[in-house]
Amino acid sequence: MKIKINGEELRTDRRVLSELLEELNIQPGRVAVEVNLKIIRKADYDTHPIMEGDNIEIVNFVGGG
Amino acid sequence: MLKDNFIIRGIEFKSRFWIGTGKYKDFEETARVIEASGADVVTVAVRRVNIIDRNSPNLLDFIDPGKYKILPNTAGCYNVEDAVRYSRLAREAGVSDMIKLEVIGDEKTLFPDTIGLLKATEILAKEGFIVFPYTNDDPIMAKRLEDAGAAAVMPLGAPIGSGLGIRNPYNLKIILESAKVPVIVDAGVGIASDAAVAMELGCDAVLINTAVAGAKEPVLMAEAIKYAVWAGRLAYKAGRIPKKLYATASSPIEGML
Repeated sequence: MKIKINGEELRTDRRVLSELLEELNIQPGRVAVEVNLKIIRKADYDTHPIMEGDNIEIVNFVGGG
Repeated sequence: MLKDNFIIRGIEFKSRFWIGTGKYKDFEETARVIEASGADVVTVAVRRVNIIDRNSPNLLDFIDPGKYKILPNTAGCYNVEDAVRYSRLAREAGVSDMIKLEVIGDEKTLFPDTIGLLKATEILAKEGFIVFPYTNDDPIMAKRLEDAGAAAVMPLGAPIGSGLGIRNPYNLKIILESAKVPVIVDAGVGIASDAAVAMELGCDAVLINTAVAGAKEPVLMAEAIKYAVWAGRLAYKAGRIPKKLYATASSPIEGML
């Protein structure tokens, strides 16, 4: 299915958020994830379904003042 | 003065020099600077993960969140909605409930939009955030932010990255007299003596990024500012003499020939 992550269109067959993060090689502990403007709690990563057309934002901390 | 801790909302802060992590050459330099600064609060920004280059290093590999207090900011947010969104994301990223709240009003000056700032402070304080709003050197706004639930106020010394120093020490003095929450100067420091001025006025801490990151030798400047913050704090506690127009002799008249 086609989804959008951080503005980039991607194809994935992963069914839940935790699998998607694993595919992207992203450690869940250090990020926050928003799906269609709704923040997903870390406890729900294993169950949150990935749906066709999802708009996903994954953020982490970078240098800043 | 080895121990001069202060507490905000039950969190003990060991250093009065808070440091930003933006604009360093690389993460190794960032880590060396933080070490030299003696800071225990380091600010970070919230940005998209690089999903193209997944092996790019992560800032938190270089700053141990067990050792330092990570203070996320909402830099780059120009309205209440974005500032609240970034704050919630920062909290979910799992470091702490602290947020250095910025609602910027203008790209050229990066001055805060204090109307938006006040609204965002209200919203986030109600959600249990420990809010540190970056504000103008305006004593009335500082009171309003305090009333809205800010855990401390962070008035600017001068525009972000300008290095102009403490432009209005008199306003800071009034903020310090009227605020019940801690006052942490954020932005404007250009060199060590500026930090000393802020601390001599009685500010609880200073947050500095560009003055260190932009110095020719950032590690050395971090160390210089560490001493300046100590010096300023000690001088504040010691209490300055009143300023007078005319001289007062230091040596006795008695015993002269």
